[in-house]
Amino acid sequence: MLTFIVRRTLWTVLVMFVITAVVFIIFFKTPGVDPARAIAGRNPSPQTLAEVRAQFGLNRPLVVQYGLMMKRIFVTRNLVSYSDQGELVVPEIFAAAPATLSLVFGASLIWIVMAIAMGVAAARLRGRIYDPIMMILALIGVSTPVFWLGQVINLITQGKLHTSVFSWVPPLGYTSFTTSPALWFEGLIFPWITLSILYIGFYARVLRANLLEIQSEDYVRTARAKGLSERRVLMRHTLRTSLITFVSLFGLDFGALVGGGAILTEVVFGIHGVGFLTWQALQNLDLPTIMAVVIYGGFFIVLANALVDIGYAWLDPRVRPT
Amino acid sequence: MTTPLLEIRDLKVSFRTDDGVVQAVDGVSATLNEGETLGIVGESGSGKSVTMMSVMRLITDPNAKFEGEVLYKGTNLMAMSQDEIRSIRGAGIGMIFQDPMTSLNPVYKVGWQIEEQIREHEKVSRKAARDRAIELLTSVGIPNARERVDAYPHQFSGGMRQRVMIAMAVSCSPDVLIADEPTTALDVTIQAQILNLIKKLREDFGTAVVLITHDMGVVADMADRIAVMYAGKIVEQGTQRELFYDPQHPYTWGLLGSIARLDRPRPRRLAAIPGLPPSLLHLPPGCAFADRCPHRFDRCAEQPALLDRGGDGHLDACHLTRQEKQDVRDATIHPELVEERP
Repeated sequence: MLTFIVRRTLWTVLVMFVITAVVFIIFFKTPGVDPARAIAGRNPSPQTLAEVRAQFGLNRPLVVQYGLMMKRIFVTRNLVSYSDQGELVVPEIFAAAPATLSLVFGASLIWIVMAIAMGVAAARLRGRIYDPIMMILALIGVSTPVFWLGQVINLITQGKLHTSVFSWVPPLGYTSFTTSPALWFEGLIFPWITLSILYIGFYARVLRANLLEIQSEDYVRTARAKGLSERRVLMRHTLRTSLITFVSLFGLDFGALVGGGAILTEVVFGIHGVGFLTWQALQNLDLPTIMAVVIYGGFFIVLANALVDIGYAWLDPRVRPT
Repeated sequence: MTTPLLEIRDLKVSFRTDDGVVQAVDGVSATLNEGETLGIVGESGSGKSVTMMSVMRLITDPNAKFEGEVLYKGTNLMAMSQDEIRSIRGAGIGMIFQDPMTSLNPVYKVGWQIEEQIREHEKVSRKAARDRAIELLTSVGIPNARERVDAYPHQFSGGMRQRVMIAMAVSCSPDVLIADEPTTALDVTIQAQILNLIKKLREDFGTAVVLITHDMGVVADMADRIAVMYAGKIVEQGTQRELFYDPQHPYTWGLLGSIARLDRPRPRRLAAIPGLPPSLLHLPPGCAFADRCPHRFDRCAEQPALLDRGGDGHLDACHLTRQEKQDVRDATIHPELVEERP
């Protein structure tokens, strides 16, 4: 098991290297694009351009350029965003990360609990009216655009009802947990719900299909023939094996969201997280920030993937290395 | 007369499908006495597995419909609540399935799976259940049971997994062991070992066994009494001797004729029953075997009942008289012997 984890980690490092290399090449070597101009922001002065060229070693070999860039991102962390008043990019991402993590952790907690509850209930109540009702609800959840749902929720909670029922909802934005746990929670509750609804629908449907498939497996029949209760058969035998699929999906989605994938929710609710930062950077063509965010997002997806693989081995002894 | 251990009375199982009602089991009656082995023989789709799965109430298909009674020690299993039937499953009646490769849960250790069953039915500590699991694994011939108890199913071969299944099925000392084609998915060499194991357990614990198989050789070796099923019905039922030395139904003749035998002259070609079993959707009104039967005559259009036609407890469902059967039987089972006669 330990060698497996070590090997998987080394592999992760390799993939991360490839990501940085590919991102670097896309941003610096796209034909017809002058990287200096792209980095320097809109309408740069000739001095800025020259400064950028020198700083990034743009007239030196490609490998050196790559090395300088990585050094800026990972070692000295002094990559400057020219379009954003010379803000340092890496600290900016680190400052934004807690908001995103808070959002995604909370939402994923809601969607795991809800999706398992709905999926199991639908599979259990198959053949009755509750099953299709729940699956239609899930489908509605999957099809509801996040930006629309978020705006509607804002209209309700920040609009007319803000003076009565929803007076406890703080204005849009993020309050860090350390500042005020209560405000942190109150401010995040609607973003959590908004973000999780899509995933609840999706995961509940996947889980239901998976449960029904596994219910017809021979070993589930064996479990029944042993005299176990339906409840135990479902929880210990059917659900346990269905979780293998569930976990692999979760790892990918979680990684993508922490990596900035919650961009719509963050923008709608004014949460200054990584997604919000990406959105701002895209609007300003702020190349250094975009590049750093892409690398950061890629890292999280790769990391989540590695964790999923290790989780797999824990869930399924068949893939466990001996 | 004492109550039989297990008695099936006129069991009917049908499934509603898009194309109509499939009558998978059509009025099966059978009894199993203590310590006895009942063989149920028939080809795929003859309803033998569905019969025994219905006895255990393991068919969860909402489109299935059940009629008839299954008495276990005099209590009707078909009328029991879910909780009541659960206390019988695994404790009073154990079951072994056909495919050991898929019948064990891949994500749990084999020992855990045995312990789970023991602890479901008996109030014992985890430690005691584990010790019993090790003991059971040893008794079914798993070497190093103390270590193997913590292995996962995929670390076992097919034969070893079937041994684990058997250990699990007998873990709560059931009175009845239902073995649904226990050797079909295994190598021939392993088959014999598994059958010997079932025999040994039967002797050691006095367990009654219902052995479902399509292999006449297996029942010849194991069964005290044999029921032959065809298209959802029992067409012949008798002791093992009667079935092999005095078979009464042309379908049984066909089954016996299609066995290659070492003690007989080698036939030029192994006999086979022509045609296919009828669709259970549109069963002909008369004898279901008539279309494939070489001795078909007028009365076959009328459903033959399963009757004791010789007054000796040997039942068959064929309109031919005993004498008529005797006249044509040998030629049907062993045409090569007849041809060689001067």
